[in-house]
Amino acid sequence: MTEPRLVEVRKNVLKQNDVIARALRERFHQAGVFVVSLVSSPGSGKTAFLEKTLTMMRPHHRVAALVGDLATENDAARLARSNAPVKQIITGTVCHLDAAMVENALQDWDLVDLDFLFIENVGNLVCPSSYDLGEDLRLVLMSVTEGEDKPLKYPTIFNSADVAILSKLDLATAVEFNWDQAQRSIQSVRPGMMVINTSAKTEQGMSEFCDFLVQRSRMRAAIAV
Amino acid sequence: MHELSIAMSIVEMAEEESERRGGVHVSAVHLKLGALSGVVEQALLSSFEMAAEDTSLQGARLLIENIPVRVFCPKCSSERQLTSIQNFSCPVCGAPTPQITCGRELEVTALEIIQ
Repeated sequence: MTEPRLVEVRKNVLKQNDVIARALRERFHQAGVFVVSLVSSPGSGKTAFLEKTLTMMRPHHRVAALVGDLATENDAARLARSNAPVKQIITGTVCHLDAAMVENALQDWDLVDLDFLFIENVGNLVCPSSYDLGEDLRLVLMSVTEGEDKPLKYPTIFNSADVAILSKLDLATAVEFNWDQAQRSIQSVRPGMMVINTSAKTEQGMSEFCDFLVQRSRMRAAIAV
Repeated sequence: MHELSIAMSIVEMAEEESERRGGVHVSAVHLKLGALSGVVEQALLSSFEMAAEDTSLQGARLLIENIPVRVFCPKCSSERQLTSIQNFSCPVCGAPTPQITCGRELEVTALEIIQ
């Protein structure tokens, strides 16, 4: 048998996903829809946060949501209470959303009818970090009940996100949450990261968050022109 | 655990490349794996073995080159290698270093082929 020969290849393993994500991003921009994705561990309050966001934004903006889940449609049912269009993506055994799943889910939606599209990822702080979904903004949620060092345990996902949302602030006192320590953890893995304090229950920080999204979408629209 | 789907993409890529070259046998795949790729080396290695089973890649080795995270330090005006992905600050002057120059790689760089 001959000796093996080394041939150079240079191919990004996630190229297929990145190509679809780029096409999606292009479509979103052309349709004028601002796309926000949410990642977090299971149970950190993504759905409650999103339900509140949809409810608060819906009177003023055309909002919709896609929500990923391994097995159930419970989250879509909860989000639908906001009266915004919602679609569930059931991923089966797949622990993250990828760009092709988003593309499929959007097939029968006219994006021109939307101002904001939210994509709630499967609850998982590991796998979603590698997959671009074509979003404009990626939020990572961290609830005060999870421990201040969550960012240090999952630096990759915090690093892939644009903004950190501290959720369940209404429980901060009960769990003796140390805000400074959490802030230090976040800044250690993602220096300069914006952090927004929220409680979906008391609505603390929610209108500021919605204003922030509107401002960001205007900034993007201005750049696109 | 998304390493299996990534391993399957690697196998697929290598098979395509092998076909393109007239069905050469691939004995090893070289991969650059960044510390911020979100992929766990051990999980990827065992997934690769599984993914290669019953394909033309069966028995091929996956050779991983680990790529540490490098950042640009605005204070020192130079590129530095992070000692830990939990601490994005310059190992020399301690300044925060949000700007990453490498470390997200997940890239097949070369194949060892037998004609």
